[in-house]
Amino acid sequence: MSLLDIQNLDVTLALPNGPLKAVRDVTLTLEPGESLGIVGESGSGKSMTALALMRLLPRSATCEAEALRFDGQELRDLGDPAFARQIAGPRIGMIFQEPMTSLNPVYTIGRQMTEATVARGLLSEAEARRKAIDLLDRVGIPDPEGRMNQFPHQMSGGQRQRVMIAMTLMLDPELLIADEPTTALDVTVQAQILDLLDDLRRERGMGLILISHDLAVVAERTDRVAVMYLGEMVEQGTAQEVLYHPQHDYTKALLAAIPRLDGPARVPAQEAAAPEVEKVISATNLCREFHSRKGLFGPKKTVRALDDVSLELRRGETLAVIGESGSGKSTLARILLGLDLPDAGDVRMLGRPVLDLPGAERASLVQPVFQDPYTSLNPRRRLSEIISRPLVLRGEGDSASRLAAVKDAMEKVRLPGRLIHAYPSQLSGGQRQRVAIARALITEPEALICDEPTSALDVSVQAQILELLDDLRAKMGLTCLIITHDMAVVHEIADRVAVMYQGRVVEEGSASAVLDHPSNDYTARLLAAAPRFGATRDLEVVQ
Amino acid sequence: MLRYIALRAALALAVAFTVSLAAFLLLNVAGDPAQAIAGEDATPDVIEAIRDRYGLDRPLPVRYFDWLGGVLQGDFGTSYYWHKPVAELVADRADETITLALSALSVTIIIALPLGALAALNPNSWIDRFALGVAVSAQAVPNFWLGLIMIILFGVMMPIFPVSGDSTWKHFVLPAFVLGASSVPAVMRLTRTGLIEVMGADYIRTARSKGFRGWPLLRRHAMRNALLPVISVLAVQLGQKFGGSVITESIFAINGLGRLALESILGMDIPTVQMLIFVFAIVFVAMNLLADILNAALDPRIRIG
Repeated sequence: MSLLDIQNLDVTLALPNGPLKAVRDVTLTLEPGESLGIVGESGSGKSMTALALMRLLPRSATCEAEALRFDGQELRDLGDPAFARQIAGPRIGMIFQEPMTSLNPVYTIGRQMTEATVARGLLSEAEARRKAIDLLDRVGIPDPEGRMNQFPHQMSGGQRQRVMIAMTLMLDPELLIADEPTTALDVTVQAQILDLLDDLRRERGMGLILISHDLAVVAERTDRVAVMYLGEMVEQGTAQEVLYHPQHDYTKALLAAIPRLDGPARVPAQEAAAPEVEKVISATNLCREFHSRKGLFGPKKTVRALDDVSLELRRGETLAVIGESGSGKSTLARILLGLDLPDAGDVRMLGRPVLDLPGAERASLVQPVFQDPYTSLNPRRRLSEIISRPLVLRGEGDSASRLAAVKDAMEKVRLPGRLIHAYPSQLSGGQRQRVAIARALITEPEALICDEPTSALDVSVQAQILELLDDLRAKMGLTCLIITHDMAVVHEIADRVAVMYQGRVVEEGSASAVLDHPSNDYTARLLAAAPRFGATRDLEVVQ
Repeated sequence: MLRYIALRAALALAVAFTVSLAAFLLLNVAGDPAQAIAGEDATPDVIEAIRDRYGLDRPLPVRYFDWLGGVLQGDFGTSYYWHKPVAELVADRADETITLALSALSVTIIIALPLGALAALNPNSWIDRFALGVAVSAQAVPNFWLGLIMIILFGVMMPIFPVSGDSTWKHFVLPAFVLGASSVPAVMRLTRTGLIEVMGADYIRTARSKGFRGWPLLRRHAMRNALLPVISVLAVQLGQKFGGSVITESIFAINGLGRLALESILGMDIPTVQMLIFVFAIVFVAMNLLADILNAALDPRIRIG
């Protein structure tokens, strides 16, 4: 008998402008101990499917199905209290995407871990505590006993996700649903968490549903893969089948869009560069410290965000700065943009110290593109206003010439002209990021500094934006510095790479050299942790 | 935690000191106190005599530190009007006002918290609209008007409660309701928005995925988080109850600090007014300190930075 049997599941959202079918006619089954990956872009209905199963849908959503059986039991026959008592927790456990907010901030880890078992009368307080400590130890939390008395805010994101996993296991569920469990985490932590989930599944013979937008991640760790697109399940099969013999066009497009470390290398911008390359931006020996105090009289804590960083950005190249969160990448970007001042060291743009450049002139030399296109555009302004804003600020041209410039910039980033009077809320994430790039290009800057320009976007959109940036570089000779945590992005677009770790540049060199022969331990670890297709293929060969 | 409390207490002390200075300056610099005591028709001789008698001819800093020194020893001076030590006068009347303020706050809590919680748990339902209606009307209705209406309704048309005096608990029912009603909108709305936000939080979803529903979910996971902002506001509201007692006590003839404040303002009794301002302000400061400490006790993110 299947552990899980969903037949023809529909989820309908009641929206102000009419009902929307978020999930349409989804059928899937899962055998005990099997792992299933559900892949799709945001909005494809993959999370809705899981939430419908767990009865955690938002108020505005209703769900219907021909069958919703778990271990032979029809879940639709259960009232909500009975479902909460029998199914949610002890039989199906779920972990979520947001480890930073999924734990209650005001209670200790210990209380949150033990409460469900104790409230259900399964274990005594002391037994539950012992079990919780064992599980924390199992998921790799150091000093589990001490951690029991700590609060979520005293832990890192990766640790919180481990606690979340351990907490779910307290009730020994037969099925674990992991909804994008690693999206919010650094790549090295990601790999550890996914390995942990896979190990736990084998150990306990649990069913596992791994939901992700990242096909590479899913392919590596699951037996079967289901691909969702616009609320429908377009393809289902073994990981091998789906990866290497995709049937549906969308799956093929998704596969093609993934930036791959093992794909064909790109042609470097300027292999045989002239000996005298012009340096658009050069930074030497940058240091930046941040001080914080606990309270008014607390001890001063110093964080070295940048520690003796030197970097140069040459005309016409794309330089990627890669590192985990907290490695100082964004501080570096702010200083290179002149938005923040270094404690020591200096930044020069075209040979002139950045401090001597007035704001308007600096803006024509370098422009930023930020990570989150959803929040970095003013929601109350039309695209024409957003994109022309730098010109207005500099008092350049009249309204007619500005409009022409806006149209030109929109064309460059391939935004349809009819959107010129639209508001950001009417655009998709990818379109918004194009707007941000168009706004950055309008002053015709020497260089763009892009801080994680694609990490908030779906993988297929990400590919388009990267392609656009590469294209602009080729056509306009644009110089680009891209900050990212994604090795595959580096492979896709960068000429040179600088690897940052704890405020220092630990490795620098041409992209191919660094990716193929990393000379630094940390770089090697980053590379090893990056998900890639090769893994499944290797497995196949071994088998 | 102790450090945090010590720090907050030090800040509160600094505020109290500033308040004492403001209270003193407001009364002594804004006009000539001797002239005010003597009345409009007084001759210069009389005014001079008063100035001499109350030491008003001394320089301002001397008078301030003289007063502050007295305050630190519990001596707030002698009332010009009742000819008794002000501290004694205030102590005599404090009971009534404390009773009134606390019962008014209880009224606020009893009405606002459940109403806010019900509205939050059933957004856009009839109960939510009803709660909104209550909030809007309570906000719009002035205290003195509500007091008079209550007197007409429950004192005259249906004589259930006495409307004047402070000898039994029954005397406090109407004034406590009137005074408490004015805080209902703020507290109710904050409870509602706080709880709606908390119920939508990721950790509530986590708790639901562990099988918690209904009351246990509310009690174990939502309540403490939703109450954090409410506590701060309740503290401020309690402070306002003391200030608000001026009008309510006058309407219901309760012989408390509010009425004393009114009488001493009318009687130009500067030492008494000065002390009352100081006391009301200190209550405010103390309540805020208490709220800070409570918040720290309930929220580990404050307690353990």
